[in-house]
Amino acid sequence: MANHAPATVTSARPTLLSATGLSVTVAGRRLVTGLSITVSAGELVCLLGANGAGKSLTLHTLAGLRAPADGQVSLCGRGITAWNRRERARRLGLLTQVSEDPFPGTVLEAVLIGRHPHVDAWQWETAADIEAAKCALADCDLEGFETRELGTLSGGERRRVALAAVLAQDPEVLLLDEPQNHLDPRHQLAVLRLLRARAEAGRATVVSLHDASLAARFADRAILLHGDGRWAFGTVADTLTAPALSEIYGVTVSEVDLGGRRHFLND
Amino acid sequence: MLVYLARRPSLVILLLTIAALLALVAAITFGSAGPSASALWPQLFRGADPITHSIVFDLRLPRALTAFAVGGLLALAGVAMQVLLRNPLADPYVLGVSGGASVAALAAMIAGLSVLAIQGAAFAGALGATCLVFGLSHGAGGWTPTRLLLTGVVVAAGAGALVSLLLAAGDPAMLRGMVYWLMGDLSWASSPIGLLALLLVAVPVGMLAARPLNVLARGDVQAQLLGVAVGPLRVALFVSSSLITAATVTTVGSIGFVGLVVPHLVRLVVGSDHRRVVPAAALAGGILVTTADLLARTLLAPRQLPVGALTALVGVPLFLMLLRRAHPAT
Repeated sequence: MANHAPATVTSARPTLLSATGLSVTVAGRRLVTGLSITVSAGELVCLLGANGAGKSLTLHTLAGLRAPADGQVSLCGRGITAWNRRERARRLGLLTQVSEDPFPGTVLEAVLIGRHPHVDAWQWETAADIEAAKCALADCDLEGFETRELGTLSGGERRRVALAAVLAQDPEVLLLDEPQNHLDPRHQLAVLRLLRARAEAGRATVVSLHDASLAARFADRAILLHGDGRWAFGTVADTLTAPALSEIYGVTVSEVDLGGRRHFLND
Repeated sequence: MLVYLARRPSLVILLLTIAALLALVAAITFGSAGPSASALWPQLFRGADPITHSIVFDLRLPRALTAFAVGGLLALAGVAMQVLLRNPLADPYVLGVSGGASVAALAAMIAGLSVLAIQGAAFAGALGATCLVFGLSHGAGGWTPTRLLLTGVVVAAGAGALVSLLLAAGDPAMLRGMVYWLMGDLSWASSPIGLLALLLVAVPVGMLAARPLNVLARGDVQAQLLGVAVGPLRVALFVSSSLITAATVTTVGSIGFVGLVVPHLVRLVVGSDHRRVVPAAALAGGILVTTADLLARTLLAPRQLPVGALTALVGVPLFLMLLRRAHPAT
């Protein structure tokens, strides 16, 4: 299959997630028109756009939660809707922007929820599932939080519990909708390091975020959404530029070089 | 002690089972008629006289088993409704099931129909209200918990207004029977077989559905992403909890409090994993209504009090005590 990835990026790796001619509309407004992307194994792709530009809707469409106005999404070579629910949940996970906890529960219970597609019906979670949940908690700097009540956590801790749950789900393709919300700078960095490590382990990741400097540092490729149907997709070097960011955010963004890393500063 | 029990859910289930048996034994031992408690059991073992035998096996035992089944079923329906609506304040009656049943049952009483016809009318009313709520909230595409809850609350309020009108319009001589029916009255109960069978089916089915329920409790989107068939599961929850509630309301009227509070009581002790919540709620609900009915029959014997008032009277202090123990210093 033709791969549009530049030669510098893992073009020999299999494509895990692709969208062709994908259009996203909401309430009659067309936010994205004809988006075509491929995400290969081992790739970290960031998704940038202003508030309301359609980042969440695009991620939800890629996850098969809502039907595209046009175009197709394919997961591991098969149409996203052709998968059986459980099989799909083993291959694709999405960290949503908000999580609900109407009922009390412990951190470990909340993270074990992520193991649901891996546990057969009528079975209980095995020791291996609990181990996976504990590893995910450790990855999110939540060691020792297992028996804590969700209601006693801070906003940032709650966000990391939700992240741990999708990590415990361990899908080949992971979509994350602003995972850095509520996180302090140390944990924002830790999340991207974690996603980079997942990529090195051969997983595919698409993450929406607002920090272009972190995106340029950690991601392989970037999707920019303008919110009026236009989009751009390419390597971070080509896509994340001061003029492009200035245009999508409507503020003047300048690029500076600090110790060999590109940083973007708002005017 | 609560922490000790929370870490040992199987011990909780065992203790609840023992308590359930004790409650049932107490319910057939004590009553307003027949031999004293100390004389009853030796008699039963030696072969009781026909009157004692009849009091125990034709009156007390069926009624105790009905009370247990009703309590267990209402607690399960409450668990299901709370997950379906993702609202801890939901109870089996929140979607108008008991409102519809009450309107139809009171109308049947005013029309002077037989007990059987009143029960039939109550069942039809319960299902009618359920279909109304389902149809109205399902109508224009969106089927969110909030929309379902609002539709249910409004239909229930409408039914409440009709109940008040029927009470005001009805013959004063019938008022007592009507009010007792509204508060839950186990003296209507005949054979416990149907409700017991329903409970014996509902508990294992609920336990098999427990893991998907755990996921659904965290939100529809979350559940969809984790491979749960959200639409079918929600319809199944709605239909089964409505049918269960309709079956209990038809037999004994609306017994409040159980379906709202027992699920919480149980979550405070065993956590929110439905593989534990389902069996524990069925047992705790059964114990609560059996005990409440025993008190309703004996406190002011030979007068009977409405069991619905007694469930709250027993349950409120128990719940407040557990709530304080579970969240100390907050």
